[in-house]
Amino acid sequence: MTAVPAGRKRRAPASDKTKAERKLGLLLCAPAVIAMLLVTVYPILYAIALSVQKVDLRFPEESGFVGLQNYAAVLSSDLWWQGVFNTSLIAVVSVAIELVLGMGLALIMHKALFGRGLVRTAVLIPYGIVTVVAAFAWFFAFDPSSGFVNNLPFVPDDKAWFGEHNSSLAVIIMAEVWKTTPFMGLLLLAGLATIDEGLYEAAKVDGATAVQRFFKITLPLLKPARLVALLFRTLDAFRVFDSIFVMTRGSQDTESVSILGYNQLISRLNLGLGSAVSVLIFVLVLVIAFVFVRILGTSNPAGQGEK
Amino acid sequence: MWRGAIAALGAVVLGLGLAACGEGTSSSARATLTWFIFNEPSGAPQKIAERCSKESNGAYEIKFEYLPSQADQQREQLVRRLGAEDSSLDLLGMDVVWTGEFANAGWLRPVPDRTAAVVSENVFDSVLQTARFKDRLYTVPIWSNTQFLWYREDRVPKPPKTFDEMIDMAEKLGPSKGRIQVQANRYEGLVVLVNQLIESAGTSILSGPEQIKLEREPTERALGVLGRLSNSPVAASNVTTSTEDTARLGFESGDSAFMINYSFVYPSAKENAPKIFKVMRAAKYPQVDPARDSKPPIGGINIGVSAFSKHPQEAFAASECLVKPENQLEVAKLGGLPPVRSDVYDKPEIDKIYPGFADVVHDSIQDAAARPSQSPAYQDLSLAIQRAIHPPTQIDAENPQAAYERLREFVLKAIKREGLL
Repeated sequence: MTAVPAGRKRRAPASDKTKAERKLGLLLCAPAVIAMLLVTVYPILYAIALSVQKVDLRFPEESGFVGLQNYAAVLSSDLWWQGVFNTSLIAVVSVAIELVLGMGLALIMHKALFGRGLVRTAVLIPYGIVTVVAAFAWFFAFDPSSGFVNNLPFVPDDKAWFGEHNSSLAVIIMAEVWKTTPFMGLLLLAGLATIDEGLYEAAKVDGATAVQRFFKITLPLLKPARLVALLFRTLDAFRVFDSIFVMTRGSQDTESVSILGYNQLISRLNLGLGSAVSVLIFVLVLVIAFVFVRILGTSNPAGQGEK
Repeated sequence: MWRGAIAALGAVVLGLGLAACGEGTSSSARATLTWFIFNEPSGAPQKIAERCSKESNGAYEIKFEYLPSQADQQREQLVRRLGAEDSSLDLLGMDVVWTGEFANAGWLRPVPDRTAAVVSENVFDSVLQTARFKDRLYTVPIWSNTQFLWYREDRVPKPPKTFDEMIDMAEKLGPSKGRIQVQANRYEGLVVLVNQLIESAGTSILSGPEQIKLEREPTERALGVLGRLSNSPVAASNVTTSTEDTARLGFESGDSAFMINYSFVYPSAKENAPKIFKVMRAAKYPQVDPARDSKPPIGGINIGVSAFSKHPQEAFAASECLVKPENQLEVAKLGGLPPVRSDVYDKPEIDKIYPGFADVVHDSIQDAAARPSQSPAYQDLSLAIQRAIHPPTQIDAENPQAAYERLREFVLKAIKREGLL
């Protein structure tokens, strides 16, 4: 694949063959689409229905339609906006760090001269660990009474990492980065594999340095893979829950929107309010996906985007 | 249903009784009761359940489904199943603060009068309070729990009576020997601390299921104590993230003179810090007001019978059996869990279980004050109190007015159940 603009295909009058192929395509997709509808559309509609009602499992006799009251309660709450801010901060910072580190890992995995399998396996281990387990590992590492971090040089011995907002968030972000950088690396590696080696050779012949080759060939051609990786990770990071739940339970103002949803739904059993939170998270995720797909052109495989 | 009965019978045949997963061949009309409870490490519940199953002469067989060890995770699992009207739950091992919530949601079968009379006989009033909702008994208390003031006899010859005395003594010892260990992370343990301070100061958080009390003067006094405790140089360095377990670890590490904690720390110290164990003593929860007895917290487990159980009669018969005095004594012997009946404390074995502090256990539970769990919206209250107070280092010990206003505002919001928490 080269960087030649793909151009938009003009829709030619479909021949019988393409018609038949399209039909077959639809048929082959159908089972997956039906399954998806069953397992996603129904819960989503149900959540929307709950979000416009007063439903509290603890007060079964008080149920009823309340319109947009739950949404008003959520959107007028400082907690919600604090949660949105925290979540965005965690998502942006962790994804940015992951992108840089992931790029490095991808290059190492791509260029590894020996033990390629071993290198790739080693890099992927953090991603293979269950998030909750990883979160506990980080929690215990930074806990003043059981962790090793406070015994390191230049770290005060009694630093209570989870006792304060900034350090709590920093540890949460580090845990996220540690856990998901391999995923980023893997997606970028897939992108690297699609770049034609001939381009590098041609550039070498033209006298381009390694740095120039990286910035003029690798990075531009990696754009589609990079955008897909960013989209996946941002959506993922936006739903951050496990690390926060394990490390701070949302104290020190480290709540993400998912933790807020959990508190309303599971702790308070207030299904109406909790569903409103869930629907709002869903809307935010849709907005992020829309921005990536439409504005940044993630979905365009040729990587030039619809400008 | 049949399969359950057969499996249960199989278990009896195999003499397993507990992990009833055997496959039997014969049939019987015996009811299989499933008890959802956390896996109490001593195995005491299994032991008494086996006993009761045997004594029932074939009326029922109790089998176990284990819940996680953390109370909020236990609740989460129970609530999910009960919310879906799952009929596979019969007996519920419930934290004492869930009664109002579960009862109001319609998940519990009220205890029939005859059973109620039997299971509340000689039971501490403080404990019964946690089992009632709107003047009706909804759960059957099986074991209790409370916190003590643990102190080191080598550093503190005579235990302090009040929090202020304790902080004075600790500050004299200094941070290398006099640390005070409490629970003040943003979790249920902080609610316990705040509630007991407020109760010990002479007021309560609520006066009814949906009515705030929080009289200003005593509440401010309680918050002042909390502020002083958290900001003192002898507060644990991790005070804002402290839990029962970090407190235990802190005490076992040797730089502490005082700790407020449950009785599990005693066997733990014996194992992990035998030198400290030798000088470790228990006293009653400290007072806030020198003129008023302290109100220690109350924990423990009550047994609920699910409204969706298919064997309510057998379930109540089983709960009656499980809480018999001899079974309470057995639970105390095996797991060190304090009985809920005051007469069990007269048994000579109790002194061996709580060497030297059996009276403290008895008196603490007798004087204990429950958290405001008569409200079905207790979880809202708990979240609101945690938010209002945490981190307790914010509270100005000299001027607790701001903290009081904040607490009051959050409690009112929680009672109305409005907005996010």
